[in-house]
Amino acid sequence: MSNALELRRHTMARVALGRVGVAQPTAAHLAFQAAHAQARDAVWSEAALIGDVTVRSQARDRREYLLRPDLGRKLAEGIVLPAAPGALVFVVADGLCATGVAAQAPAVIAAARPLLGMAIGPVVVALQARVALGDAIGEAMGAAAVAVLIGERPGLSAQDSLGLYLTWAPRIGRSDAERNCISNIRPGGLSALEAAQKLAWLLAAAQGLGATGVALKDDMPATPLLGP
Amino acid sequence: MPFAHALGGTRYNFDNLATLLARATPLRSGDALAGLAAESAAERVAAQYALADLPLGAFLNEAVIPYEDDDVTRLIIDGHDRAAFARVSHLTVGGLRDFLLAAEDVSGLGLTAEMVAAVAKIMRVSDLIAVGAKARVVTRFRNTLGLRGTLSIRLQPNHPTDDARGVAASVLDGLLLGAGDACIGVNPATDNIETVQRLLEMLDMVRGRFDIPTQCCVLSHITTTMVALERGSPVDLVFQSIGGTQGVNESFGVSLALLAEAHDAARARHPGANVMYFETGQGSALSANAHRGVDQQTIECRAYAVAGRYAPLLVNSVVGFIGPEYLYDGKQILRAGLEDHMCGKLLGLPMGVDVCYTNHAEADQDDMDALLTCLAVAGVNYIMGVPGADDVMLAYQSTSFHDGLFARAALGKTAAPEFEAWMARMGLGGDAIPEALSPALIGL
Repeated sequence: MSNALELRRHTMARVALGRVGVAQPTAAHLAFQAAHAQARDAVWSEAALIGDVTVRSQARDRREYLLRPDLGRKLAEGIVLPAAPGALVFVVADGLCATGVAAQAPAVIAAARPLLGMAIGPVVVALQARVALGDAIGEAMGAAAVAVLIGERPGLSAQDSLGLYLTWAPRIGRSDAERNCISNIRPGGLSALEAAQKLAWLLAAAQGLGATGVALKDDMPATPLLGP
Repeated sequence: MPFAHALGGTRYNFDNLATLLARATPLRSGDALAGLAAESAAERVAAQYALADLPLGAFLNEAVIPYEDDDVTRLIIDGHDRAAFARVSHLTVGGLRDFLLAAEDVSGLGLTAEMVAAVAKIMRVSDLIAVGAKARVVTRFRNTLGLRGTLSIRLQPNHPTDDARGVAASVLDGLLLGAGDACIGVNPATDNIETVQRLLEMLDMVRGRFDIPTQCCVLSHITTTMVALERGSPVDLVFQSIGGTQGVNESFGVSLALLAEAHDAARARHPGANVMYFETGQGSALSANAHRGVDQQTIECRAYAVAGRYAPLLVNSVVGFIGPEYLYDGKQILRAGLEDHMCGKLLGLPMGVDVCYTNHAEADQDDMDALLTCLAVAGVNYIMGVPGADDVMLAYQSTSFHDGLFARAALGKTAAPEFEAWMARMGLGGDAIPEALSPALIGL
C-alpha cells in the first residue's frame, strides 16, 4: 500500500488533503481560506508606489475599476504630464495588485536602467490603471516607448506577481496585439534582473523594427545575457 | 420591430428585439459595461412584461444579429426544426415559461437559442432549477454520461509547467476521490504541439494501466488537436472554446467549417461516440468586442446552438472565470450558472458547469457551494474536480474533488455507472492507495 501523501512530491497542487466524511479536514480548509483571504486583500490593497509623477485613471475607486475596465484605460481629466520626447517611459501601475507592484517594480527599473540603450523619461505612477492607460500617458509625453509595470491578478499561490507590457510608439487605441508582455515577475518566478534583461532585448528589437507586438517575435536566446 | 410597456405611469420603449432582450435581463455587470442593461429596476420589469407577451414566432421573423452578417444566425435559422416547434409555436414567451414549469417532458421542442434565452430572463432561480432538472441529455464515449441519478466529474489536473509527473499526481489524487468519469481533461500551459502530444500519451498511459472507463482530453486549440490527431496521438475528445457570434468565434480562431472538419476526423477515430468537448461562458463576445449589441446571456445561448451542431459529449459554461466586469459577484455568478445549465439542456446539450470564480470577483467558497448544490438539484451532467479547488495553472478557484463527493452524497447520486463499477472493482474509498492504483504503475 502506498501513502497518498507521496503525491505531494510531484506537484504544488493541493493533492493528498485527506478527507473527513466527504469534506476537507480543518487544516486544509483553513489553509485555503487563508490563501484566498490574502489574494482578496491584495486586490483591494493600496500601497505607496514610487515615481516622479502620479496620475489617475477615470475609475474613481476600486469597485468602479473592477466594473469598468474602459475607465481604467483613460487618463483622468486635467492631468499635465512632463514631456519625454524619444524616451522610454516607465509606468508603475497598481493594476489588480498594488502590493505586488510596490514590492517588485523599483528593482526591475533599477536593474533595467544600465541595460537600456535609450533615454529614460520620468517614472509615472498610475493609479486604478489598466495596461492601456500607458498608451495615453506615453502619447501625452511624446515617448518613443512605454513600459507598463502592472500588478497581475493574485492567485492563491502568488499574490505579488508583476507583469510588464512594452508598447512602441504608444498612442490611444493601440490593441494588446501591439504589445509584448513579460509576466510572472516575482520571487520564485522571473527575477527582476531576468525581466530587465528581457526588456532590454525586446526594446532593442522594437527600436530596430519600429514596432512591438505580434510583429516582434520573442526569440531571445534562453541563456541570460548576464550572469545570475 | 419596436416594443413598449407601461409600468407605474411610465411608458418604456424598446427599439428592437435585441434591445428588449437586453433590458429584460436580470442585472449583470457585463450588460452594464456594454451599455445594454436596463437603466432602472422598473424598466427591467417593463421589458420582462413586453417580452412575456411576445409570441415565439416573432423570434423567427427578427434576428438579433442579421442573417446576412453572421453565420451563427444562419445556423440557427437554417437549422430550425419547424415540425418539432409545432408543439409550442402558439405560445408567447410567458406562455412558454408556464408550459415548461407544468410539462413533464421539455425536450425536443424546436426552440431556438433566442427563445430559450428569452424564457430564462423571466424565470427565477427555482424555475431555472426545476426546468433544468426535467431535461435529461445522455451522451456516450467509453461510459454513459447524464443518466438520471448520476453526477459526473471532469478531473482537471492542471500544472503550471505541464510537468507530466505533476499532472499524473493530480490525476491519481482525483481518481482516489471518485473524480474523472466525465473525462480527464488537462488545460495545457502552452499550445505547443509536442507538449500536447506528450500529455495525450501520458493520459492514455494512465487510463490504460488503470483500465479506467473514461475518456481523456488535452484542451489545446482545435487546430493543435487536429495536428496531434494526424500524427497518431491518442486523441479521444476534441476540445474548443466557442461563442455565439461569428466574430467571437473568429477571435477564437475557429469557423463552423473547422469545427465540422475536426468532428469528422475524431469521429472517424471513434465511430459512434460523442467526440466533441466545448466550453463557453457569458461575456466572451463582449470581451472580444464581437457582441453586436446583444446581451451576454442571449449570446451564450447562441453558442449552445453552435455546440449542438456537433453532437458533443461535454459542454460546459466556465461561468465565473471571466471576471467581475461581466459577472460581478456570487449572486450574478449563481444566476448565470443556472441559466446556462437550463438553456443548454433545453437546446439538447449535455451541460456541465465549471462552478468557479477569480480573486477579483466578489465571491468565495460559500457562493460556489450554493451554486454547486443548486446545479446538483438541477441535474447538471458534470462539474469540475480540481485538487483542493485551487487551479495552480489557471489561477482561479473551481470545485474540489471533495466538492464532487459532497454533491453526490447530499443528493444520493453516483458516478457514471461504468465508472462506479470500476471504483468498486479497484477498492476505492479507504485512506490508503489500493494496490491496483499504485503510483508505481504510472511512473510516480
